[in-house]
Amino acid sequence: MIYLDYNATAPIRPEVIEVMVDAMKQGGNPSSVHTIGRGAKSVMESARSTIAQMINCRSQMIVFTSGGTEANNMALLSSDRSRLITTNTEHDSVRSASSRFQGKVDVINVDENGVIDIDDLSKALEEGGADTIVSILFANNETGVLQEIVKIAEVAHAAGALLHIDAIQALAKVEIDFMALGCDMMSLSSHKIGGPQGVGALVALEKLPVKSFVMGGGQEVGRRGGTENIAGIAGFAKAVSMVPQSLEKMADLEIWRNEVEEKIFDHTSGALFLGKKVKRLPNVSMVYMPDVLSETQVMNFDLENICVSAGSACSSGKVKSSHVINAMCDDEKIARSTIRMSFGWNSKKTDGDRFVECWLKQYKRKHAM
Amino acid sequence: MTLKLPIYLDYQATTPLDERVLEALMPYLTTHFGNPHSVEHSFGWQADAAVELARKKVAEIVGAKPEEIIFTSGATESNNIAIKGSAYAAYPAKNHIITVKSEHECVLASVRSLEKAGFTVTYLNINTDGLIDLNELEIAISEKTSLVSVMAVNNEIGVLQDLNSIGKICRAKGVLFHTDAAQAVGKVPLDVVAMNIDIMSISGHKIYGPKGIGALYVRKDTPLIPLFDGGGQEQGLRSGTLSPALCVGIGKACEIAGAEDAGHVTKLSKLLWQKLTSNLDCVSLNGSSDKRFLGNLNLTFKGVKSDLLVADLKNIAISTGSACSSAKAKSSYVLAALGLSEGEIASSIRIGIGRMTTIEDVDYAADYIIKCVKNLL
Repeated sequence: MIYLDYNATAPIRPEVIEVMVDAMKQGGNPSSVHTIGRGAKSVMESARSTIAQMINCRSQMIVFTSGGTEANNMALLSSDRSRLITTNTEHDSVRSASSRFQGKVDVINVDENGVIDIDDLSKALEEGGADTIVSILFANNETGVLQEIVKIAEVAHAAGALLHIDAIQALAKVEIDFMALGCDMMSLSSHKIGGPQGVGALVALEKLPVKSFVMGGGQEVGRRGGTENIAGIAGFAKAVSMVPQSLEKMADLEIWRNEVEEKIFDHTSGALFLGKKVKRLPNVSMVYMPDVLSETQVMNFDLENICVSAGSACSSGKVKSSHVINAMCDDEKIARSTIRMSFGWNSKKTDGDRFVECWLKQYKRKHAM
Repeated sequence: MTLKLPIYLDYQATTPLDERVLEALMPYLTTHFGNPHSVEHSFGWQADAAVELARKKVAEIVGAKPEEIIFTSGATESNNIAIKGSAYAAYPAKNHIITVKSEHECVLASVRSLEKAGFTVTYLNINTDGLIDLNELEIAISEKTSLVSVMAVNNEIGVLQDLNSIGKICRAKGVLFHTDAAQAVGKVPLDVVAMNIDIMSISGHKIYGPKGIGALYVRKDTPLIPLFDGGGQEQGLRSGTLSPALCVGIGKACEIAGAEDAGHVTKLSKLLWQKLTSNLDCVSLNGSSDKRFLGNLNLTFKGVKSDLLVADLKNIAISTGSACSSAKAKSSYVLAALGLSEGEIASSIRIGIGRMTTIEDVDYAADYIIKCVKNLL
């Protein structure tokens, strides 16, 4: 079985499993003051400090959550601002959270490459900047297209706005330096980088009044209730500690991904790679195959033991075309016949070769030459 | 037999992970790593099938149907969804919530947030047994009441409320009945149908399962609004990628829970109680002696400062109250509601006995506690 759906979820790294099993066996509630509780607490705090070091923030800025979706929702809840500016290619979690945002919501449209125009943001911030939170997806989960966060942060801050970024797909694929990016809040998830599912984090500057939906016994310095998922948190930190290895691997993945696209491009006509013209994640390709529905493609890949997806996993149960593609090209034909392949830490070069082989086979079946 | 020190007697704070649970969930960390929401390939299907089997096991232990169970990140989140979700779903037609003074902090935090938002809340008293007065409950329910939330087994004092009668009253009055059963599942018999329970919170790590997972039973067609939004997983009630490993873990924990623990825990609890009372005059049990889960003994040692006692009891992991607040050194509002004086509260500890506790543990702990208490008297 060839797994090329790392943007949906990644297999857990063996080193991470080791750390998790240790933490599960150790046990203890980190809020208990006895030895066993303190042991659990120390596992959790050392995990927090590892993550802080790796992404360059202070430990106390990290609030552990049940995952990226909760972190994104928390960020919007915690802003204390009356207006939200976001884009039309956000992840479902921010899209749905913005629909319940208490205040005005303005959406900036991306261009045909999936990138927002910074001038559009400036203009939108001309009035009421100080009342605004800007929430931007750093790396798009479907296309991998990257937004220019440093510039966005400058513009947002010049206008007095807050900036939240969803860095869930970007982590471990491009360098993440919280301080250098200049955002005020950032969402992270563990299971996209070889850590376990069920853990994520919201990183927020200390001055922000972080609020949670999950109120309880005052855990996470009062910012998020509930007994912490120690094994999950320890596993998450281990995966984050392996970001340098992941980034090193990305250099290979980028070459393999580019080869995949070149081979497809060379042997066919009409194939498209969404976001190819701009900066995007090195591991993902969003490929359009003319005249073959994405569901059909995905099924055919599955018959060949290759796992890919027709879009984001969250919505892949629902048969609807991708809002991301629609935002980029407004062409239903492309939206309905595009699939996503994404490499990750355990991918091999031959995985890409098999993908191309199978892709071309399907293409040729439809477009007999 | 050599004892493993420190002896863990804090089963209400958290329980050790059962080895069988670890074994069951391991494959979902290693080879079956799929995203259960990926419907397009077999990794996703496999993960989804495991999640659904786990859902069935959780449903079985409380007498629910699988489609009435949603997975959450833990009982705290479950309680938050249950209370805020049902309150807002019934608002503004109904704006009144009833709960109890001795509820878990996360329940109280949730209802306080509703109070701030303009809801009215009635906090029922508990009697010296730790139980609510059913008449007081009945009188408190008005046509504005949407929800009654009463914990099944109290986390600090272990008393078991009369869920049957509460359920009957709520059903007759047409209000929703939520129970926080984090400390009760697998420890006392529960049946959501017979007990007329509409919403129930379940925890993984209190029943020898993993941390970071809980469940919420929601009776079919009960109106609830989710806390947060996203991909619309769990019937739209709880968005976010599920962890198949954690789901399998709580499922296995539910499958194991129940029968095998009850006799063991009761026997050890009675032994400990008998040893302590026959050697110490100053000890008393907080809360009802019969309407309780015996794995929880909340004791007052009159004349002994419990923080000094806990500090002396280095070889035993016990606590003075709930883990959430034990780090904050606040005195227990549960014991206060029970009618204990400040002095008595400051002389109380909670001892939790569970599946992995041995008779040797209890023997050692009893002697050790007796010795330390006598030193402090």
